[in-house]
Amino acid sequence: MISKLEIQETNRMIEKMNLDVRTITLGISLLDCIDSDLGRLNEKIYQKITTLAGNLVATGEEIAKEYGIPVVNKRISVTPIGLIGASACHSEDDFVEIAKTLDKAGKAVGVNFIGGYSALVSKGMTKAEELLLRSIPKALAETDVVCSSVNVGSTKTGINMDAVRLMGQVIRRTAENTADKDSIGCAKLVVFCNAPDDNPFMAGAFHGVTEADAVINVGVSGPGVVKKALEQARGKDFEFLCETIKKTAFKITRVGQLVAKRASEMLNVPFGIVDLSLAPTPAVGDSVAEILQEIGLEHPGAPGTTAALALLNDQVKKGGIMASSYVGGLSGAFIPVSEDQGMIDAVLAGCLTLEKLEAMTCVCSVGLDMIAIPGDTSAETLSGIIADEMAIGMINQKTTAVRLIPVIGKKVGDSAEFGGLLGYAPIMPVNSFSCADFVNRKGRIPAPVHSFKN
Amino acid sequence: MKRAIITVVGKDTVGIIAKVCTYLSAENVNVLDISQTIVGGYFNMMMIVDVSASKIDFNNLSDGLSKVGEEIGCVIRIQLEDIFDMMHRI
Repeated sequence: MISKLEIQETNRMIEKMNLDVRTITLGISLLDCIDSDLGRLNEKIYQKITTLAGNLVATGEEIAKEYGIPVVNKRISVTPIGLIGASACHSEDDFVEIAKTLDKAGKAVGVNFIGGYSALVSKGMTKAEELLLRSIPKALAETDVVCSSVNVGSTKTGINMDAVRLMGQVIRRTAENTADKDSIGCAKLVVFCNAPDDNPFMAGAFHGVTEADAVINVGVSGPGVVKKALEQARGKDFEFLCETIKKTAFKITRVGQLVAKRASEMLNVPFGIVDLSLAPTPAVGDSVAEILQEIGLEHPGAPGTTAALALLNDQVKKGGIMASSYVGGLSGAFIPVSEDQGMIDAVLAGCLTLEKLEAMTCVCSVGLDMIAIPGDTSAETLSGIIADEMAIGMINQKTTAVRLIPVIGKKVGDSAEFGGLLGYAPIMPVNSFSCADFVNRKGRIPAPVHSFKN
Repeated sequence: MKRAIITVVGKDTVGIIAKVCTYLSAENVNVLDISQTIVGGYFNMMMIVDVSASKIDFNNLSDGLSKVGEEIGCVIRIQLEDIFDMMHRI
């Protein structure tokens, strides 16, 4: 029998510590929609998404009611459009038409994001994939809920530097196309190395080609719960600290598992994975930075940050893996700047720099995330930053990503306002020495050796 | 059997249990267990109920209880028991 204390603990987590299910993401394969006629392709895509996801939002709301826990986002991910549009699209504008179809379908079923305007080009680009990459700035400017991601490298294939160079230009143009809204288009665009096929979190979600026709993936969250639990660990040793994080991660993940199973039953779609990530929001008490402070840092960015984050990330995984047999996606701690009030404070205090964030990405999931940089940052510099981050992923056999926002017309000292879950961000300085001759070399960085690990 | 947990929190007043139980009985929800404390004038009740024979669906039951709560100045939540089992039992 469940005790009163346990019931109170669960409800305190939900009411006071922002425990929620961050997203139920329905992955949909569009492979069976492929057609050489663009009109027919768009029609099939729209039909398939609206048929399969018609009940997604209502189901999410019903589950929230049943368990008394908020289900914040209901989202869709689809097969990378670089594959789906390959035979129908002969120009950038053809691809933009598909983006508009996704936008229309997403709005029709009421989801807040639809991911998968993507291309997997870690070794090379097809003609169609290059067109898709070039169409991203227009697609993101002319749609509201579509998210785009491009995988430009992997541990097995190396880094496609032609794609990295192109993505520097694409990010710049995306920023310019949405300059009137603090370049918000870039908040919906991620560059990956080792992108996972089953990530439920935006903007990087897409439905991998190895996945079933439709699948439910769930992302849980709860940095506030971990932070609160760690208040009891003040002054205690590392063993106590780690035990506390593991136990808390277990509890959070179990809720995700329950919700995923229930959603899968109700929608009659197989359950895929639970993503264990600690995902912050701009709300006070929902911050990964506050966890790092509770571990003992004045601000994230101080010496010791990388070690503290490594510890946190590992304990979250250890606790979470026990709670669900199917863990996947990105699973770790997210360290976006604009979506985490504690990170913003650290930047404003002068404690957290882009270089330190880069070091932190070596030991946690994702990468340089939601970082606003000066609007005059060149495409080559963007490509250089992407290449660095991709190299970290490639060598360390982990996922890394870059979601940078060069905010047009703004410079260090200003701040960019994105609104909602995306938050706001102070503009961070970027090393402005040139890397142009490096990124302008053609070809790819070869795959690394997998032995001689020292 | 489909078990759910009802929690009622608010300022203590006459007839809280009566009002909640009257509502549950009208909707054919069976009460399996009740425990209740009052600390510093605050009423805190936990009920385990069986909703399998309920006349209305869970969504409406939840809304109905919230409404009863508003009338008596308490916050009333109903949640399926699974969430607590999952979180606290291996």
